[in-house]
Amino acid sequence: MKIKPLQIIAHIILILGVLLMIVPIWISFASSSHDSVTILTEGMKFHLGDQLARNYNEVLNEKGGWSEEVTAAKMFINSFIMALGIATLKVIISAMSAYALVYYRFKLAVPIFWLIFITLLVPLEVRIFPSYKIVSDLGLTNSYTGLILPLVASATATFFFRQFYKTIPDELLESAKLDGANAWSFFIDFLVPLSKTMIAAMFIFMFVYGYSQYLWPLIMTTAEEYWTVVMGMKIIYTESYEGVALPRTAERFAYIILSMIPPVLVVVFLQKWFIKGLIQTEK
Amino acid sequence: MSFLDLKNVTKIYPNGTKAVHETSLSVDEGEFMVFVGPSGCGKSTLLRMVAGLEDITDGDINLDGKLINNVDPSERDVAMVFQNYALYPHMNVYNNLAYGLKNRGIDKKTIEQKVNDAAKLLQISEFLQRKPSMLSGGQRQRVAMGRAIVRNPKIFLFDEPLSNLDAKLRIQMRLEIKKLQQKVGVTSIFVTHDQVEAMTLADRLAVINDGIIEQLGTPIEIYNNPKSLFVAGFIGSPQMNFLDGNLKNKTLSAEGFEIRDINSDFEGDVTLGIRPEHLIQSDNALINLKVELVEQLGSDNLVYGQLKNKNDFCYRCPGNQKVENGTELNLQIDENKYYIFDKSSGKRVN
Repeated sequence: MKIKPLQIIAHIILILGVLLMIVPIWISFASSSHDSVTILTEGMKFHLGDQLARNYNEVLNEKGGWSEEVTAAKMFINSFIMALGIATLKVIISAMSAYALVYYRFKLAVPIFWLIFITLLVPLEVRIFPSYKIVSDLGLTNSYTGLILPLVASATATFFFRQFYKTIPDELLESAKLDGANAWSFFIDFLVPLSKTMIAAMFIFMFVYGYSQYLWPLIMTTAEEYWTVVMGMKIIYTESYEGVALPRTAERFAYIILSMIPPVLVVVFLQKWFIKGLIQTEK
Repeated sequence: MSFLDLKNVTKIYPNGTKAVHETSLSVDEGEFMVFVGPSGCGKSTLLRMVAGLEDITDGDINLDGKLINNVDPSERDVAMVFQNYALYPHMNVYNNLAYGLKNRGIDKKTIEQKVNDAAKLLQISEFLQRKPSMLSGGQRQRVAMGRAIVRNPKIFLFDEPLSNLDAKLRIQMRLEIKKLQQKVGVTSIFVTHDQVEAMTLADRLAVINDGIIEQLGTPIEIYNNPKSLFVAGFIGSPQMNFLDGNLKNKTLSAEGFEIRDINSDFEGDVTLGIRPEHLIQSDNALINLKVELVEQLGSDNLVYGQLKNKNDFCYRCPGNQKVENGTELNLQIDENKYYIFDKSSGKRVN
């Protein structure tokens, strides 16, 4: 088989793209396996060093913060719970509200949809004070509920689910009705399995969105046991350590690498589903 | 009271369109009723009202002695085969058939039994584990029918189920539906715009136009004795020839010829209808046809041409009769088989 020049160019472009994505991560990872002194004196590293286990152990288990009680492992768990809660609830609520908007043809369905859509223009950062006021009045500061609840409504996901449901032929609903399906079983038996792919995609996006929240947890949490990974990145490693002011660069890299793992896992795990849904045409 | 009884059923859509006018109709148990009409005539709406998928604006529907106006579709015990089959794309064939039974709370073993029986009847046993996307058009059609049969409903509703199939398969499935209905013996209503389908399938036929049943009867009754211009033009292929004329003193004068002693007291402008197959070549002819085109179907020839007054006209003759383009044929109407309609109202007058 002859390789055409165009193919070679295409491959070069693709390989460059891959390198652009991979190299910074590799440098971070390689650097996280040296000790901080080496990095501070010699710069970032391309090859692996011998401090890998020590650095990661230290990051995960060292108690930090003002109270010297919170560990990075705890922060990973917090972030994971928060992201999982946000993604799950966002998907469920959006799918259900889209179901209501598409299938219950009440008079105000269209204005309500646009009202939901307009909230895209008002992100959390804009309404942070009222949101905080409500959550604190409800006594939900320093709790997982407080971290998750204000973020669970999603106009984007509602929009995507609505567009998808609109492509499902009416006959399917009618046929299901004649087969004795009620409103609830039509949702569970038909819409959910048919929108598997959509659910997987939305879950990935929303998980990453939840995981990378910074401002909201920062304002919401005063107790260190509810700190999240993104907050920790700022707080823990910018402190000076007991007067000996040597920045702990290697541990920072280790922390960064660790913080990438949960979203990557979610993507890797759901991608199987995602691709399966793409290959099997279900119509 | 018969099995299915429609009484003054009316449908008016919210935008004011009247899709079905006060329609009354009864279907006997085990009967195969066909609604036929052009698209947009209200035949599907009528069917969907029986299914419960459309609200009834006015009137009553009784099924098996029970008023079902406000009964939920899932509780009417009707099964419907849709035009695009509406198979459940994410379920395999087995689950497609079993879904309706599961919802009725039937135990697993009975479901399995029923599904297997229906699958055997329709010869789809080997596809039970496949998804609908892996089936051909004809197989999907069978699955859709299986889904209806398996529930053993009071009535089958077919909403143009053959229109997505290619011509050959359509004829095959048409036969299968008829055979199956005779075997299972379930009361059925079949909606179609194809008059051949309607004629071949129906025990009784309802020709619908503009939301009104124009004529109700056995296919042969309707073919032999159409009561209106619309029915005459709709049933029969190729279409009936129509000529303008005038009726006076029991004498019809169309352009170029006269027919005497007509069994009608009507006087005024009329339309004369003659089926292409009710003509014979004869020396003392009424009609003179200039042949423009001959379609040879093998068994028959369809001869298209023009009369003296430039009216299009069609004549059907046996396939062994040779007809050349450009020749002139002299045609006589076969044994008084002609139909006369009032030109303004379209009603039959002879």
